Amino acid sequence: MCLAVPARVESLDAAASSAIVNLDGIRKAISTQLLDEVAIGDYVLVHVGYALERIDPDEAEKTLLLFDELKAIEP
Amino acid sequence: MSRLDIQHGVVEMAHGSGGRVSATLIDELFIRHFDNALLKQGNDSAQFEAPAGRMVMSTDAHVVSPLFFPGGDIGSLSVHGTINDVAMSGAKPLYLSASFILEEGFALAELESIVISMAAASREAGVPVITGDTKVVERGKGDGVFISTTGIGVVPDNVQISGDRAEAGDLILISGYIGDHGTAILSSREGLEFATTIVSDSAALHGLVAAMVEAAPEIHCLRDPTRGGLATTLNELSRQSAVGMQIREADIPVRAEVRGACELLGLDPLYIANEGKLVCICPAQSAEALLNVMQNYPLGSDAAIIGEVVSDNAHLVTMKTRFGGQRVVDWLAGEQLPRIC
Amino acid sequence: MKYVDEFRDGEKARRIAALIEQEVEADRDYRLMEFCGGHTHAIFRFGLHALMPSNLKYVHGPGCPVCVLPAGRIEAAIQLVEAEKLILCTYADLMRVPAGKRDSLHRAKARGADIRMVYSVNDALAIARNNPEQQVVFFAIGFETTTPPTAVAIQIAQAEGLKNFLVYCNHVQTPPAMSHLLASGEVSINGILGPSHVSTIIGSDAYADCCNNHHIPIVIAGFEPLDVMQSTLLLVRQINAGRCEVENQYSRAVTPDGNRKAQALMANVFEQRPLFEWRGLGALPDSAIQIRSEYADFDAEKRFAITDIATADIKGCICPAVLRGLNDPDECKLFATACTPEEPKGACMVSSEGACAAHYSYGRFKSETGA
Ligand code: SF4
Repeated sequence: MCLAVPARVESLDAAASSAIVNLDGIRKAISTQLLDEVAIGDYVLVHVGYALERIDPDEAEKTLLLFDELKAIEP
Repeated sequence: MSRLDIQHGVVEMAHGSGGRVSATLIDELFIRHFDNALLKQGNDSAQFEAPAGRMVMSTDAHVVSPLFFPGGDIGSLSVHGTINDVAMSGAKPLYLSASFILEEGFALAELESIVISMAAASREAGVPVITGDTKVVERGKGDGVFISTTGIGVVPDNVQISGDRAEAGDLILISGYIGDHGTAILSSREGLEFATTIVSDSAALHGLVAAMVEAAPEIHCLRDPTRGGLATTLNELSRQSAVGMQIREADIPVRAEVRGACELLGLDPLYIANEGKLVCICPAQSAEALLNVMQNYPLGSDAAIIGEVVSDNAHLVTMKTRFGGQRVVDWLAGEQLPRIC
Repeated sequence: MKYVDEFRDGEKARRIAALIEQEVEADRDYRLMEFCGGHTHAIFRFGLHALMPSNLKYVHGPGCPVCVLPAGRIEAAIQLVEAEKLILCTYADLMRVPAGKRDSLHRAKARGADIRMVYSVNDALAIARNNPEQQVVFFAIGFETTTPPTAVAIQIAQAEGLKNFLVYCNHVQTPPAMSHLLASGEVSINGILGPSHVSTIIGSDAYADCCNNHHIPIVIAGFEPLDVMQSTLLLVRQINAGRCEVENQYSRAVTPDGNRKAQALMANVFEQRPLFEWRGLGALPDSAIQIRSEYADFDAEKRFAITDIATADIKGCICPAVLRGLNDPDECKLFATACTPEEPKGACMVSSEGACAAHYSYGRFKSETGA
């Protein structure tokens, strides 16, 4: 449900509450109306042309670290 | 003196009436740009010597929206598409015909640029447009311009390429990155607009095919994965040959941008159209040599071996995913539409 | 693709799988409902079933907004566009969903109705601006993820005085559906993979009641395969320990509170709808929203007095049971025979997130080749 993809904010138009995001070389204008704060370089989840939420890089890192801890286990 | 106001004029019903106005359009637009002796014979048909051997003939109707897209337009597409259909039998394409259905009110300037691009594509391919026709439909009854092209060609004696010849053990090759054309079209569709450096891969493949059949006349199947993409083509070939196929996701060349666009719109690159790629199925022992030939040819420089033909009564195409799983790669159901969920 | 590729690493997946294998208790059955179609899609697309121990089974849930929309609402939209000669804008996902009498938006469009597919509600706004002499109705569907953009669009239309823009609101809410499923007691499950993108908006705390009232472990799970697997592991651990909590595996995008700004926008434009019909689940109280009277000018249901149309689902289609996790798609007699993605009989065969479509496109490998 609810296809949303992470894309990097490349530029912001605060007046229009919009941003250009980049997803592996694809640039698309989206609305940032649902976000209180957003900065260039942030990754946001894009759904139907709107940024739903910013991705928290520290939390993402933590989740990935959990996967890495599994390295000790042999499949 | 030119009586056709290409700069400001539009297509009128009279342009298709067969009268003097039609003749002007044909002379000043089509004959002028397509410019070849057979067309200039000026008859309702073109006459030429038939070469010895088996002939192939293929026809293709072209409708595309938008008419102009990154990397091409409906004109170049209509030349490449038919040349490729002829070439996929291993044939050398010889001649093309073209018929145009124009919508009343369509700008002559746009029509001219389409014809110029078509003429350039045909000249570059060395396959002239030698006969044609034009009709005009009332405003609102067409989408600017539709182009049907038909091509004929001749197949080398020792070549026997057909969609029903794939055998278990054969290897499957693709001539390069998939999904470029469909992504370029999507990027310029109203409502979806996104910016990308991806351009259509629209190209005539008969040169590549000639090099391939010369190196390996034993090729079993060739097909261009246009509408419905690679997935659909592999399913067609599986059914026609009554075999199954096993491909490897990790070996299929897909550009990052195409993957990005697909993730964004919820599409699958395997189902995105190509206009300058071919799928080749050949005996395993010929594959490496063939891959070399392809990679040495500009239009095949990113060619790859992506899987093999297996025996399977259900004629399924299955894929080993990059992730390590197995999944069925099915026919395209309906049309590939962007999704939100 | 950052934040995507890292979460699709096959080797790590096998390590998590090994861990799950180690930790599951042999004498226990783990029936985990993946609530969202997004999870269903990931499970099939990446073949996660095959990596799981035999006593762990994923049960499909009702979390596909296209699948739970009753046929009658689509039929009402078709009647509206045909009777009023207006422009109907819809997300492409809905185009092929069967309405009653073998009809669909797709077929209505072929008959001449002006139905336009849009990628975003903003495109529908643009169509309204460009066609001031015509009424433009946006067919709004989706869960809490898709609702805030609709709210923004209605506010924009009001600010601009865009009188010809209307919304046919079909937005529904996830926690009530989840509670209803659990309260009905029909489905036997002992853990839930909770919605990921819905939760970015409503927050993980929104499931606390559900978890407490029904004593079921819930893990908010991302949609990438490693997210699903890690969440599975977390559920297994909760089940083994007899714990019952809401855990948040998708912490990179979901907070306990969710997106407050989006919530405020929704609350400003929408209010609770007393009763709404879900395909498969029936009429559920307080499970959907409607446009507040302050914005009545933009409410297509009010403007055109749209009433609910009761339509029977196709005979033999067990979508309702599939959506409640009671049956697997291949237990339906029509599955892959009369009902295929080309000729869908039920909604679950249309959306690639629908359990039947996912089974059909990706799952047949298992049954047809015996692998
Ligand atoms: S297979 Fe088709 S008919 Fe059967 S439950 Fe699924 S959607 Fe309904």
